[in-house]
Amino acid sequence: MGTMINVALPKGRLGEKVYKMFEAAGYGCPDIFEGRKLIFESKDACVRYFWVKPSDVPIYVERGAADIGACGKDILLEYDPNVYELKDLGIGKCRMVVAAPKGFSDDSEYPLRVATKFVNIAQDYYASVGRDIDIIKLNGSIEIAPILGLSDVIVDIVETGTTLKENNLVVYEEIMDISARLIANRSGYNFKSAAVSELLGRLQEAQ
Amino acid sequence: MQYDQSVLTSTERRVFALRTLYSRAGYRSYRMRKFEDYDLYSRNKDFLLSDRVITFTDTNGKLKALKPDVTLSIVRNYKDRPDELVKLFYDENVYRVSERTNSFREIMQMGLECIGAADNEAAAEVIRLAEQSLAIVAEEHDYVLRISDIDVLTFIVEDMTDSKATRSELLKLAGEKNIHEIERLCGQSDIPAGKCRTLTALLGLYGEPEQVMSQLREICRGTAAEDEVSELQDVLDHIFCEGSDAGREGRIILDFSIIGDTSYYNGMAFEGYIDGIPECVLVGGRYDRLMRRMKKKSRAIGFAVYLDTLGLLGRTAGDQAIESFFSR
Repeated sequence: MGTMINVALPKGRLGEKVYKMFEAAGYGCPDIFEGRKLIFESKDACVRYFWVKPSDVPIYVERGAADIGACGKDILLEYDPNVYELKDLGIGKCRMVVAAPKGFSDDSEYPLRVATKFVNIAQDYYASVGRDIDIIKLNGSIEIAPILGLSDVIVDIVETGTTLKENNLVVYEEIMDISARLIANRSGYNFKSAAVSELLGRLQEAQ
Repeated sequence: MQYDQSVLTSTERRVFALRTLYSRAGYRSYRMRKFEDYDLYSRNKDFLLSDRVITFTDTNGKLKALKPDVTLSIVRNYKDRPDELVKLFYDENVYRVSERTNSFREIMQMGLECIGAADNEAAAEVIRLAEQSLAIVAEEHDYVLRISDIDVLTFIVEDMTDSKATRSELLKLAGEKNIHEIERLCGQSDIPAGKCRTLTALLGLYGEPEQVMSQLREICRGTAAEDEVSELQDVLDHIFCEGSDAGREGRIILDFSIIGDTSYYNGMAFEGYIDGIPECVLVGGRYDRLMRRMKKKSRAIGFAVYLDTLGLLGRTAGDQAIESFFSR
């Protein structure tokens, strides 16, 4: 048996797309979408997959429970894990933006009230443009914060823009492009470097 | 009286073995017996892994610090004699903020410093001792010592752009082996494609020195890093000199993604990893630039072993835990 690679995949649509990429590269694992199990193994393909909450992927990788993992760049920027970022998988593409009600105009007399799940990304962005903000950490339904007067703007991920439109919001500023990245544990990389390099090469060929 | 070594804890056993190793190599034990002035650490904040230090006011009103680091103290107390070689080792607890818990932690650290006439031969001895230290603390587990020359990376990055912000971003990305973002940043910053390729080729190198050095020479030919590559080759020649058993079974690896603050560090840098421990257990390198900052002419190289991390051996997640899950 070759070196087994442990892969943390984000539960949900992105994780399924990432798995399909791995499968196309020869790292398929039968029954992975069946039942409610969270850990799957294919000894033939020398791979194990764990389905984990997307924002937990960097934790599993940083702490060595998984050798590699796939997660959005937004999560990496928000949590800043001490890991290698080995590949832009080129899927799960979206944008991190500042969105505001139509016709919004920023009044620099006052701190800007910003509602977001991504506190660090928002703080870094506004620090880079020198704008004083009042950050409001929310865990979901961010789009209603400006409607209810809880915040002036939101910082959030936009894929198609439909949710923004339905809540009468428009993109006010673009912060960055986001896509899924392949990350690796810094220690594990040294002991499985050949297997990880082969995986990277096969993913590249299959793309 | 006969001593029964079986009464030692695993940490004590490792400390005992490391003390023996360092003493036999001619290193003297160094003890930090006093609290340093806070000023020493505040002036060298970037040298510390965290800029937060536990401070208190001494009975004479002076602001003191509970040691966050041993190297700074050794350097401050060292009498500058560039023609002599001073070899010291220490076994101390230091107090730092843990990145993970964001609270102060007591960290058991053992290490050595080679100061004064610390030439390439002395550096090679330090690196061999680092590998032997890993072998001791890893016990039956596999380990790897990754070595680099941080000036090679720095010179190549400095040649790419004059912008300090872009250089610093490129170095951060290099430390993440983040080739795709480096290519993107080079594109945005109008950095010539050839210079970008030099950096990405450098970061693509990973392997035993004899496999990697010829490629490194090729990549760095005609660049500002060319002289530094010769310097690295000289240290490697000393490490792998006749009769040396260093780097057996691929345990010494060259990897140029190691980064460090170049206002303190220069030349050789290295990191030790043990299979089953998700983080670095040994960190070291040359710090001639710290010596200059402290107005000393001597050269210096050293390393520290983080004994606390060894508690994770056998308890960590990963292959072992998962294999037992599947064998149920």
